[in-house]
Amino acid sequence: MPEENVIIQLSIFVNNEPGRLAAIARTLKESNVNMKAFNLAESAEFGILRAIVDDPEESFEKIRQKGIIVKKTQVIGIVINDAPGSLFDAADVCGREGINIEYGYAYAGKNLSAFFIRVDEPHRAVTALKEAGIALVKGTDI
Amino acid sequence: MAYWNKELETKPKEELQKMQLGLLRNELRTMYDSSKFIHDKMKSVGLLPEDIDSFERFRKVPFMKKTDLRDNYPDNLFVKPYHELVRLHVSSGTTGNPIVVGYTQNDLDNWAESLDRGMTSFGMSKDDILQNFHGYGLFTGGLGVHYAAEKMGVTVLPISTGNTERQIKMMQDLPITSFAGTPSYMFHIADICDQKGIDIRRDTKVRYAIAGGEPWSESMRQKLQERTGIKVHNCYGASEFYGPMFLECNEQDGLHVWADLAYVEVLDRNGDQCADGERGELVVTMLKKEAFPLIRYKIGDISSLTWEKCGCGRTHPRLMRISGRTDDMLIVRGVNVFPSQIEGVIGEFAFLTPFYRITLTNENFMDSMTIDVEIGEDSLTEDTVSIDRMTRSVESRLKDVLNIKAVVHLTLPGSLERFEGKSCHVKDLRRYD
Ligand SMILES: [Zn+2]
Repeated sequence: MPEENVIIQLSIFVNNEPGRLAAIARTLKESNVNMKAFNLAESAEFGILRAIVDDPEESFEKIRQKGIIVKKTQVIGIVINDAPGSLFDAADVCGREGINIEYGYAYAGKNLSAFFIRVDEPHRAVTALKEAGIALVKGTDI
Repeated sequence: MAYWNKELETKPKEELQKMQLGLLRNELRTMYDSSKFIHDKMKSVGLLPEDIDSFERFRKVPFMKKTDLRDNYPDNLFVKPYHELVRLHVSSGTTGNPIVVGYTQNDLDNWAESLDRGMTSFGMSKDDILQNFHGYGLFTGGLGVHYAAEKMGVTVLPISTGNTERQIKMMQDLPITSFAGTPSYMFHIADICDQKGIDIRRDTKVRYAIAGGEPWSESMRQKLQERTGIKVHNCYGASEFYGPMFLECNEQDGLHVWADLAYVEVLDRNGDQCADGERGELVVTMLKKEAFPLIRYKIGDISSLTWEKCGCGRTHPRLMRISGRTDDMLIVRGVNVFPSQIEGVIGEFAFLTPFYRITLTNENFMDSMTIDVEIGEDSLTEDTVSIDRMTRSVESRLKDVLNIKAVVHLTLPGSLERFEGKSCHVKDLRRYD
């Protein structure tokens, strides 16, 4: 079942202007959107706040209703707390399978540390990673 | 080849120009005597109507501007009392007062005469049936085309704008041969016909269209003709003249501007006359207006005029397609840039919304131009590489069209300020001190 290992990340688009990110962070807080992990990417054009949140579907709706541009993106979480080499192994598996890793970022929780990656073919990646014995985060773990 | 007024339409150029100068002096005399506005204008430069013995001399008469028309709202420029008027039209304005234009019966007759010569020049006759989807009412398009068509015996369906379903039913059920309306509405009709599986070539008898009332391009005409099989004739005018007035003949090579009704100057940046065929600012004088004078009026459009004889045999000058507006022309690094050109490029990319902003800055007297344009929400992606690719493709197309480099910034949907009736905003931050 690859689905349970495909995690919904919210990608929030932020214009590159002073104070814009702070305003969005405040809105998320006021809407009780609880960010578990996040990463901020910046292009020449605009910033993208990538976040793993509680209840992504509900959070997505809350954010959208505030007039903020948000999209859902599928990512995969590689468990790294008990096997430090698993990140390298995961990258190796994807490389051999010809699956492209677009970006990744770390998450450290109370019970779990993980590295979230965005790949071009998430379902195929989950199958390949699992076959290689790599532990993956389930949506319910975080 | 049919003519509406053959003798006049084919008069040699020299005779036409002589007649034009005579009419010009007559009109100036009438307006000098009856319009305080024109009287004061001529007096301010010490000219009497009799002094105007050449077109060069006429160029000493001060311009009339759109602001003059607005400032004299509602009827201060009328030179006839209401009991001599038979109609009023009101132009919509995005800023300030609207412009109210009054017409005598002779004004209406001259207006219709102009359109009748034009419609005849591409083959329309009393055998035709015209579906007029120009708006009827204060806007001049509906009634202007309506009366002109009736006067030449064309059967008119005064359906006006909107209710596309009914428009499409009528053009199939009745033997409609021609359309009049805005090009964008014709595109809309073509789209709906496509959706419904209606082939205009097969399922209707429509052969010609009169398209105007908004800026449009030659490539739009080609597209419209290819899609519909209808020969589409450009039409130009303004309520300040009378309304839509000048049409293209069968040759589709410029609008025939009737020399006995209007005198059109094309001027360069210094106010000197441009050479035949050279692009410049249009200044329009109406030669037979009765109720509302229009002398050396800066309409704000850019185009060129040629006296070269048309392939159809008509000798009157031809006005080329309007290629820009004076009020929004920008000069960047010495190159003329029209927002309409930028708009055209933006329209070519499905991933952009129509909203954009032009920012001009300079450093060491070197101008730079930045264009912020919104990406459509559906095309927005996390993938910064493809965002970058989109930006580069817009920049490269702009370079081709404008001949100068513009820096493009894609911004998020909804992030650019919206202005009433305008999708563009120009921010000129250049300093010259
Ligand atoms: Zn012609």
